[in-house]
Amino acid sequence: MHLHKYEKNWLIFGIVALILFLSVVGVSAFHQGHTPSGGHMKIDPEKVNETAPFDNPGLYQREDGTYEVIMTAKAFGYDPGKVQVPAGKEITFTATSEDVVHSFSIVKTNVNMMVVPGEINHKKHTFDEPGTYLVVCNEYCGSGHHFMSTEIEVIEQ
Amino acid sequence: MINSKVPKGERKLALANLGFAYTAFLIGTLCGLFQVFIRNDALTLPSWLDYYQVLTAHGLLLAIVFTTYFIFAFFQTGMSRTLGAFGPKVLSWNWIGFAITSVGTILVVIMIIAGEASVLYTFYAPLQAHGLFYIGLALFVIGTWVQGFALVGHYRVWRKQNKGELSPLFAFMTVATVILWVIACLGVVAAVLFQFIPWAFGWVEGINVELSRSLFWYFGHPLVYFWLLPAYMAWYVIVPKILGTKVFSDSLARLSFVLFILFSIPVGFHHQLTEPGIASFWKFLQTVLTFMVIIPSLMTAFSMFATFELRGRELGGRGVFGWFRKLPWKDVRFTSIFIAMAFFIPGGAGGIINASFQMNEVIHNTLWVVGHFHITVGTPVAMTFFGLTFWLIPYLTGRRFTKSLQRLAFIQVISWSVGMVFMSTAQHLLGLLGAPRRTAYTGYAHDDALAWFDGILSNHVTMAVGGSILFLSAALLVFIVVQLWWIAPQANEKNRETFPVAPSDSSATPHFLENWKLWIGIAFVLIAIAYTVPLADMIQHAPPGSGRFQTW
Repeated sequence: MHLHKYEKNWLIFGIVALILFLSVVGVSAFHQGHTPSGGHMKIDPEKVNETAPFDNPGLYQREDGTYEVIMTAKAFGYDPGKVQVPAGKEITFTATSEDVVHSFSIVKTNVNMMVVPGEINHKKHTFDEPGTYLVVCNEYCGSGHHFMSTEIEVIEQ
Repeated sequence: MINSKVPKGERKLALANLGFAYTAFLIGTLCGLFQVFIRNDALTLPSWLDYYQVLTAHGLLLAIVFTTYFIFAFFQTGMSRTLGAFGPKVLSWNWIGFAITSVGTILVVIMIIAGEASVLYTFYAPLQAHGLFYIGLALFVIGTWVQGFALVGHYRVWRKQNKGELSPLFAFMTVATVILWVIACLGVVAAVLFQFIPWAFGWVEGINVELSRSLFWYFGHPLVYFWLLPAYMAWYVIVPKILGTKVFSDSLARLSFVLFILFSIPVGFHHQLTEPGIASFWKFLQTVLTFMVIIPSLMTAFSMFATFELRGRELGGRGVFGWFRKLPWKDVRFTSIFIAMAFFIPGGAGGIINASFQMNEVIHNTLWVVGHFHITVGTPVAMTFFGLTFWLIPYLTGRRFTKSLQRLAFIQVISWSVGMVFMSTAQHLLGLLGAPRRTAYTGYAHDDALAWFDGILSNHVTMAVGGSILFLSAALLVFIVVQLWWIAPQANEKNRETFPVAPSDSSATPHFLENWKLWIGIAFVLIAIAYTVPLADMIQHAPPGSGRFQTW
């Protein structure tokens, strides 16, 4: 198959750029730990209220000094409704849904998690700046989707 | 074999498809206009209609109905033009497919209007629409398969009569697109038949949500290539003819379509990067496979600009950019498609951002994504289809695309571009700031949310201005379609519109490129590698199923 010289150069440039992009993405993901939110634990979507840790959602301190926020999403709000977390500490958000698919997305951060019934999603984040952060649901979940939001208060310790 | 006049059977068939396409287009764009005004608090819908119904209709009518019907009209006309008139069997199977697709479409639309299916075009479980909505979707897909197989049947007849020859480029590309479509639909058909229908009718209690999402996106990404490949066909085969030249390289054109069959399917997880239930490894593997489609896109970009420059120089263009001015800018059939290509440059670049694994978190499900698909399917694909419409309808109806209609067509194309620049720029910026997509209002009582709309371009008004210009442009296009269909003066033998097909020299093209068994086989191997383990895991380690929810 005949390839023009310029076309060869163009494709080599494109493929090299591609390899470079993917290497950056891959190293950042698997060497530096910047993977998008995910998780492999399952839960009965009809028994979220009765299943630990979602029977008692809120902020927990773990033994290693990091924090975990247990969060349940349901049409059209979050439980707990409002949560306070410390600034400068690593926080793992752990979320599931009681009904349809939602998201747990903290504006001005990279926390942007799909919340899927039956599945438990995790994302680590450290807030550097104290303040009140807006959380929105960005997956369509019904007639009240655009009202589904909450706030996270990040406080200096 | 080449017809200068389209046979009566194909003419009626293609016009029926175009009629459906443009009816859906008009209603769908009207829904879009409603949306920007509702978001601005400038319009209150009557109590029997709500935003998410309108949004479901907008997405389905434009992204699925308009595109699919248009694509089949284009394929049917082009296959008849390049391979010869359809036989009676090919023709009747096309009609049967058209009828099944249309029954499905009408069923889906009735369910949306009845308020039984405000589930948006992604219909994510466990939102549960009326069972007939899913039956409509299944009929829609099955009908397109019947039409697709009818076209493949026509192609096989030609191959038998022309043993050992490569098929014309248009026919090759049509078959490649049909193969892509059929393989892609397997996912959504499996989800609809085996998961949604039994669940929606109450025969089973629960649904495996993550599996249904994964099967949807197995279909959902190649779907965008089903829209894009017919546009690429116009770019490869039609545009050079309008320029008065030939296809730049027959073998590269075929190779790029083969690469699309291989690399556009095992990539659906890049729509699911932020969700649980799929291990990072599989998400990353599919990210890598997603990036492979950049190669045929770069090949296409090269071929296009090589064609433009070579032709511009033939016409006397000098210097580094002199050839650019020599292109036939006054021919709206060319200019519209050139603008469509130009939009695909930021559109494609945005797509690379979206699929970039962890970078996806920045924009996932924000208004950025809405901006993105309006400058990919909404302009490069849609405007290529507009550019085709300007000659396809008069070619079919035997009328003339008069000077005054050409002027209107320029206004239409330019206004669509301007409207889209306004609207999609606002959407991209708002998305970067964090504004979610698919919301009827954005009225969060928080300083960050209030600040989203203070920008020069990132505000509601820019989006509404853009949306209004777009609707006016759409209405103008429908006016042009009506003129070309029923009103414009009849053409005579001299000024009759033709179906432009550029000559393509396939003498040096390797024959293995048309070995479909080989490519379909490799495609399935790639699909198996990318999907077997994660899907098996979803089935084996499934949580208890989700019940039925109607939250609208």
